Amino acid sequence: MIERFEDVIIQTLCRFLVPFMQIYALYVIAHGHSSPGGGFQGGCILAASFVLLVIAFDLKEAKRRMTEKLNTIFTSLGVFIYAGTGWVCLILGGNFLDYSKLSKILPVDSVHARYHGMLYIEIGVGIGVMACMISIFLNLVTRGRHEEALEDKDLWNT
Amino acid sequence: MTILAIIFMIAGLFFFTTGTIGFLRFPDFYSRMHATGKGDTLGALLSLIGVALYHLHHGFSPGHLLVSIKLLFIAIFWFLASPTATHALLRSAFESDLMPWTKDNRPVIEWPPKEEEIK
Repeated sequence: MIERFEDVIIQTLCRFLVPFMQIYALYVIAHGHSSPGGGFQGGCILAASFVLLVIAFDLKEAKRRMTEKLNTIFTSLGVFIYAGTGWVCLILGGNFLDYSKLSKILPVDSVHARYHGMLYIEIGVGIGVMACMISIFLNLVTRGRHEEALEDKDLWNT
Repeated sequence: MTILAIIFMIAGLFFFTTGTIGFLRFPDFYSRMHATGKGDTLGALLSLIGVALYHLHHGFSPGHLLVSIKLLFIAIFWFLASPTATHALLRSAFESDLMPWTKDNRPVIEWPPKEEEIK
C-alpha cells in the first residue's frame, strides 16, 4: 500500500497551474456559443482544477478553499440561473428559454438577446456542473464520510 | 516558413517514435517512463511549434497570430505538466517499493532501501 507523501515539485506546479486552468475554464464557458465548448465542459475544467488541488495537497486544504456550504450554494445557484433565465422568458410572454423575448428587458434587439441569453444559460450550467462535480468527487474519495477523512489520513489508503 | 514547420514536425515525430519504441521495448516501469516521459514531452513541444509555424504561412494577420500564440501556450503548459506527471508516477512507484529491473533479477543495492540511505 502506498503511503501518502507530500512532494514539493508537484505542489509547486499545481499551485502554479490551477489559476491558469480556471482562466481557461472561464474562456471555454464564455466562448461556448461561438466555438467548441460551453457550460458543461468549462464547469468540468473548473472542477478538475479543484480535483488537482485535492490530489496535490490534502482534503483539509481543499475544503478550506471551497467549503461544503459554499459548494452547496453554488449547486443551487447554477440551477437557479438556468431555470431563472427560462422563467424570465416565460414571464415576458414567450416559451420556456425563448431568449428572443429577453430583448424586452435588455437594451438590445431580439437577435442579440438570443446571443446574451445563451451566455446566461452557459454561466448557470458552468457553476452548477462545477459544484456537482466537486461534491461527487468528494463523496467518492471519502466514501461519504467527510469528517472521518478530515481527521485521519488512513481512510485515503484503505 | 513551411519548410521550417516541416522540419520541426519531423523532429517531433522522431522523438514520438523513439519514445514509443522505448515504451514497447524497455523491460520495466522506470525505464519505460524514462523513454516516454522525455520523448513525448519534446516530441509534443516540437510538433506544436511546427503546427504554430505552419499556421503562419497564410501571413502574419492578427487572427492567424492569435491561433499560433494559443498553440504555443499549449506547448508551454505541456512542457510544465508532462514532466511533473512523470515525476509523480515515478515517485509513487518508488514509494511503493517497486524494484528497478536488473539482468539477473537481483537488486544492486539492498531493496527496499532504508530510510537513511534515501536521505
